[in-house]
Amino acid sequence: MLRVKPDQKQRIELTVNGRKYSGYATPRLLLTDFLRHELGLYGTHVGCEHGVCGACTIVIDGAATRSCLRYAVQCDGLELRTVEGLAVEDGALNDLQKAFNENGALQCGFCTAGILMSVTRFLEENPKPTRKEVTEMLSGHICRCTGYEQIIRAILQASGQ
Amino acid sequence: MNAFDDPSLTRPQYVGARVTRREDPRLLTGDGNYVADIKRHGMVHIAFRRSDHAHARITYLDAEAARTLPGVIAVYTGEDIALLANPYQATSRMKNYQATFIPPVAVDKVRYVGEAVVAIVAESRYAAEDALSAIDVGYEPLAVLVDPETSAQSDAPKLHEDLASNVLAEREFARGEVDDGFARAAATAGTRFHFTRTTPVTIEARASVAEYDRGARALTLHCTTQIPGILRDKLSEIFDLPGPRIRVIAPDVGGGFGGKTSLYSEEIVACAVSRDLGRPVKWVSDRTEDLMTTGHAFDEIVDAEIAVAGDGEILALRADVIGDVGAYSIYPWTATIEPVQVVSFLPGPYRIENYAARVRSVATNKTLTGAYRGVGRPISAFVMDRLLDMAARKIGMDPVDIRRRNLLKDDEFPYKAASGLVWDKSAFQACLADAEKEIGYEELKKQQAAAREEGRWLGIGVSSYAELTGVGSRIAVAPGMPINTGTETCNVAIDSTGAVTASFGLASQGQGMETTLAQVVAEELGVQVDDVDVLLGDTSAVSHGSGTYASRGAVFGGGAGTLAARAVREKIVRVAGHLLEAAEEDIETGNGNVWVKGTDKSMTIRDLARALYSDMGRVPKEMRDEIDNLEATKVYDPFFGTTTAATHMCLVEIDPETYGTRVLKYIVAEDCGRIINPLIADGQSHGGVAQGIGVALMEEVIHDEAGQVLTASLADYTVPSAMEVPSMDVIHVDADLPDTIGGFRGLGEGGTIGAPACIANAISDALSPLGIEITEIPATPERIYRLVEAARA
Repeated sequence: MLRVKPDQKQRIELTVNGRKYSGYATPRLLLTDFLRHELGLYGTHVGCEHGVCGACTIVIDGAATRSCLRYAVQCDGLELRTVEGLAVEDGALNDLQKAFNENGALQCGFCTAGILMSVTRFLEENPKPTRKEVTEMLSGHICRCTGYEQIIRAILQASGQ
Repeated sequence: MNAFDDPSLTRPQYVGARVTRREDPRLLTGDGNYVADIKRHGMVHIAFRRSDHAHARITYLDAEAARTLPGVIAVYTGEDIALLANPYQATSRMKNYQATFIPPVAVDKVRYVGEAVVAIVAESRYAAEDALSAIDVGYEPLAVLVDPETSAQSDAPKLHEDLASNVLAEREFARGEVDDGFARAAATAGTRFHFTRTTPVTIEARASVAEYDRGARALTLHCTTQIPGILRDKLSEIFDLPGPRIRVIAPDVGGGFGGKTSLYSEEIVACAVSRDLGRPVKWVSDRTEDLMTTGHAFDEIVDAEIAVAGDGEILALRADVIGDVGAYSIYPWTATIEPVQVVSFLPGPYRIENYAARVRSVATNKTLTGAYRGVGRPISAFVMDRLLDMAARKIGMDPVDIRRRNLLKDDEFPYKAASGLVWDKSAFQACLADAEKEIGYEELKKQQAAAREEGRWLGIGVSSYAELTGVGSRIAVAPGMPINTGTETCNVAIDSTGAVTASFGLASQGQGMETTLAQVVAEELGVQVDDVDVLLGDTSAVSHGSGTYASRGAVFGGGAGTLAARAVREKIVRVAGHLLEAAEEDIETGNGNVWVKGTDKSMTIRDLARALYSDMGRVPKEMRDEIDNLEATKVYDPFFGTTTAATHMCLVEIDPETYGTRVLKYIVAEDCGRIINPLIADGQSHGGVAQGIGVALMEEVIHDEAGQVLTASLADYTVPSAMEVPSMDVIHVDADLPDTIGGFRGLGEGGTIGAPACIANAISDALSPLGIEITEIPATPERIYRLVEAARA
């Protein structure tokens, strides 16, 4: 097993939104801080840094994951998806993002990236969810602005319902 | 009619349209720009060592070991910061008010857990936090005051030695014949109510990036604030810098709800350190810091009593309010804002001629309280609506009927309430009637009766309230404050490229004001909504502005935007009259064009701008000298402000196994005047109610006897998730428009004002067979369990 000192930087390589990145991280560097401050991917937000609010959720190797509870070095060689990868090729909003816009599913926008990433993964597994399933999935996120109803409507619309 | 004169083509109605938000694309793609996203060359980071004592003298402070750690650049104690920043306090002209100085970093003693004791500056946040544990602080514990009633005693130890007592403000007033009202009563109801302490929990915690430019001797502060203008003005005094050399920018801000309407110590420290070091300085709050240091909300004990006649008429009301305001009187709102609003708004939307009240704001060893969505009024509504239901039960009257009996009627406005507030006409009665109809009250009562037969705890709640929104210069948001909250400024400018910019002193924290204010300006000016750029949250935009709080954005922004756009349109019409060789009264604007009514003579506003600014000779010098440019700055003062009325109704069920309360149905009927954008208006109501559900059922900041915060994570301080918030209906009652420019009323806070009262009434209704009245919220499962156990004993 590899042993490193607390302040010893490790080289890591990972794929984010289909693009290869490499960088250096000390063992304790949080994945959120690596994404934001090392790679400049500021779309992923930090809401609580203790895994409750869900704002930092990204998709790691196919699983919606709190990026504030991961260290960057744990993600060496993994495939990540973040909010920056959602828009379609010409930069236009994808169907889920459009549904959020049309339904008033965001206000301040700070929790939104995490919700979009959870929902993206959720709809890949469950393309026609019931309202109850959507509500349960959404309970892993805190949105303080909307009261959730508009988010639920947006998700149902994006799933063609 | 030619194509230009077809209003459907040329004057689309933007105000009232469900325009999707222009903010969304950047926020949905990760391209937003929040303060925590800012990175500057040479930027350093601050972390704070915070007090773990609620009240203690600092006996020694040794930071030498921290200074030598890798990455550490500087260490600042309270004394160090005091040399860099002038002292400040929140003054007020209110009688019986005592201001406190608020040291940005504690000097000599600490007064609450979480107060900053040392600031460490380092190359990275990680290094700064590492160094915190290397600071050695010695404390001599002092008596901790967590109970405001104890703290209010004249022999209580003082938090501030220079003050006469811990009672920071006191006010007492009476109108009418209160004792006589009680003597005449068929029934009275009253008790002690407790509205516990909550905290805003914006998902974006507070953050600051300060950049002092030594060459320009100028300071730029990017900050998660709702009040950039108020900050700029105060920082100018604190740092002896003229206003033009301080620029406060609130970029994308992740929610505010009042929590970001105060001046915070960390903002001053970031500025002081940046000026001292000549480097950009960043501070980003973590969640634990946020829960311990962002202005807390509410926290009042209210002893109140109501007297009613046999027909339900309210004969008299009295109340004694103690507000636990924490360790200092917060800037700029003072320790008065929250408790004083409780007594000012307690009579609510009801006709109450006999009212006596006393209120005291008492300092304790807790986090400062400040503004939070609703400010005082959620407590007013909770107490008043509980009293009404308790009284109605005693005289055997239906809760809806007793409200109908006492709500002001359309012919009674303007009405001067017993506390001195003046209500302008708003649909008090119609909101109640519409809510009752929409929720199907009679049918619901039958359902409830059937459920009760089965032993189920089903309850119906109702709450009616009125709030003053868009409060103008006649009434300050908090009495006697040293700042002007009664005006707001807008500059509308069409530049030489023909582009329209509307600049405001307001700031947006998610309210969608870039969209709604563009709608207002576009409509007034006669251009397309997408052609108006809206500039908010930047003190360089206009000479004076305070910010967004107190449900004022639509009223002030809509009003000032309308006035400025109207003035620019007049200039357009003058120039067009000359260029199109027509009388000014024949000129029309729309869709970005100007034309002569009934003809094909037209030009674009872009061409008109070019003609005025660039094609010398097309507009005569005399006319150019007269109108200068296509620009106007206007200040709007709604003077009294305007009333927003609403009634909330809900259906709840309490689980007899878990004692958890589920909100099954929720209806809001409100009169918010002319709606600029229904998509956004509905969102404000939904979000406000969701926060009100949190206040009613879940949220509570808990301190132990030593003043330690027991709710310093989001696992301990719980806020509503999608599971707790029902699908709700919002009805915008069709009613006369107010006299504000544009006819707008504010609606940002209403949801949070009505929901705690409405839900508390519904729970009390559900448990009425046991004789239980909810007097303390949040009504957590544990509290309900204890009430039921006590009732059954």
